[in-house]
Amino acid sequence: MEAFTTHTGRAVPLRRSNVDTDQIIPAVWLKQVSRTGFEKGLFSAWREDPEFILNQPAYQGASILVSGPDFGTGSSREHAVWALQQYGFRVVIAARFGDIFRNNATKMGLLPVVLPAETVEALQAAAEADPALEVTVDLGERQVRWGAESAGFEIDDYTRWRLLEGLDDIGLTLRNADDIASYENGRQSWLPTTV
Amino acid sequence: MGRTLAEKVWEQHVVRRAEGEPDLLYIDLHLVHEVTSPQAFDGLRMAGRSVRRPDLTIATEDHNVPTVLGPITDPVSKTQVETLRKNCAEFGVRLHPMGDAGQGVVHIIGPQFGLTQPGMTIVCGDSHTSTHGAFGGIAFGIGTSEVEHVLATQTLPAYRPKTMAIEVSGELPPGVTAKDLILAIIAKIGTGGGQGYIVEYRGEAIRKLSMEGRMTICNMSIEAGARAGMIAPDETTFAYLKGRPHAPTGADWDTAVEYWKSLTTDEDAVFDTVVEIDASALTPFVTWGTNPGQGAPLGSAVPAPEDTDDPAAARRALEYMALSPGTPLREIQVDTVFVGSCTNGRLEDLRAAAEVLRGRRVVTRTLIVPGSMLVKLQAEQEGLHEVFKAAGAEWREAGCSMCLGMNPDTLAPGERSASTSNRNFEGRQGKGGRTHLVSPAVAAATAVTGKLTAPADLA
Repeated sequence: MEAFTTHTGRAVPLRRSNVDTDQIIPAVWLKQVSRTGFEKGLFSAWREDPEFILNQPAYQGASILVSGPDFGTGSSREHAVWALQQYGFRVVIAARFGDIFRNNATKMGLLPVVLPAETVEALQAAAEADPALEVTVDLGERQVRWGAESAGFEIDDYTRWRLLEGLDDIGLTLRNADDIASYENGRQSWLPTTV
Repeated sequence: MGRTLAEKVWEQHVVRRAEGEPDLLYIDLHLVHEVTSPQAFDGLRMAGRSVRRPDLTIATEDHNVPTVLGPITDPVSKTQVETLRKNCAEFGVRLHPMGDAGQGVVHIIGPQFGLTQPGMTIVCGDSHTSTHGAFGGIAFGIGTSEVEHVLATQTLPAYRPKTMAIEVSGELPPGVTAKDLILAIIAKIGTGGGQGYIVEYRGEAIRKLSMEGRMTICNMSIEAGARAGMIAPDETTFAYLKGRPHAPTGADWDTAVEYWKSLTTDEDAVFDTVVEIDASALTPFVTWGTNPGQGAPLGSAVPAPEDTDDPAAARRALEYMALSPGTPLREIQVDTVFVGSCTNGRLEDLRAAAEVLRGRRVVTRTLIVPGSMLVKLQAEQEGLHEVFKAAGAEWREAGCSMCLGMNPDTLAPGERSASTSNRNFEGRQGKGGRTHLVSPAVAAATAVTGKLTAPADLA
């Protein structure tokens, strides 16, 4: 996983709530067996509208998505995270996230930042007023900064450490392989197997 | 202090607990399908890792499969399915491919084989894994990185979610089903209401549900934002499990049942949140918008956006759905009816649809898609397929079908469906398609009139 320490970039305001993962990447794009090429599918239905915010020249190259609440609800498809990253996003900011999306994002190094709804709206308004506005997301300080404004956000210490170091979960878990083996020895013998 | 069911099951599966870290949780069963697994198997290969417990892993082909006989014609879908076959062969994972008698939607086959049992932890790269919580285990959807993690380690690092009780008092009136109940619950708490929680469904109305109905309820927990929903096991659960291929037998059965009976929330346990709902006040429930929380009783009308919790979202949804505030829901005309999916593709669902369609004719394109090959076989043994065919409906092979727009069963742009599936998102059933979520009984009645209809409305 790519480490995330601090990121400065421009922000795109997406003023929609309940942006489900079917919108982030429709199912027709999930047939690929590779991990690359998903940027073409990002918001593919919405991007057909020339007025859609990601199509506006002023927001080209932005790397921080600032969405309405309940971003990433619905399907567990990690392809949603891959599509956002491959399109160029490093951070998504929203008041609430779907649990599975949020989890998937932290596994891949896409930072989901939860801010209060009114702070998200202030940041959206700032990005609308000045699309060139630079926004800094500082994971070390747990802080988002823009213009003269700043807002703290919460993230648990373990996830923060993993993201800052860019650590792979499987490697970390395998350090405890003995614990897994000993748990397995104590499992009930009647539990089902698939064989 | 007593413990909730969720806490009991969680604690039973903690492999390692350390200060400042998530718990490392053991996974009893890992369900795999073709869409969310190829990159995970690739990851294993690149790191030189194997599947730790192929004997706790099972795979099926469901999302991409056509529901008419014959091979997959879409080359990209075909490659994805063939990739699963290669991966299962290479890593030693049991697979039920298309055409196999055990094939079906991943959340239908686990319970059907008796692999889904009380007190287990079950995961799958699919958000509707919450279905399996109907047996009293913790079951939740994961992304592909976590699929790889479970394949490699049979564990997942996770923080224990908070607990929510949804207390359903009273009894569902005749003609009101588990699907209506869960749609009403989601409308009440919202698509984000369950975020960060494991939900336990409790109360008289839940106890009276069949296992099929309980699976429908738990299936849609994720539509309320909860990764997992669960129902304490009871005699209904044990009766469902007994004699299934992977259920315990002999003395093991007695030992298992004794343990399963301990899987209830203690009387003095405290939930982080409690929601109450009166089942006896419910009527058939349908969605009008583009998320599962945008629903209302069938007897009501399309709401005015300003009367909803999120007017901007409601305005957008009504524009997409081409609906006007004040239109009675019963006047909405549909082009297609879909009965099937992991939400409502079980035998009981097909029986409910057949009961309505017996002796009647459909006026819309109507797809009846069994959730598994076994469901198909059982339905045919009961003659349900003859009822459907006589009514003019299409009787299909098992698969995810029109739930998600990933196989040939889709809506055309602008087409409108009444669907027993779980998501009415924009484009979910095909780009530009419009979806109303309904119960199997309402779906069947709607097929007869061409408008959203309850069976009781039919003469």
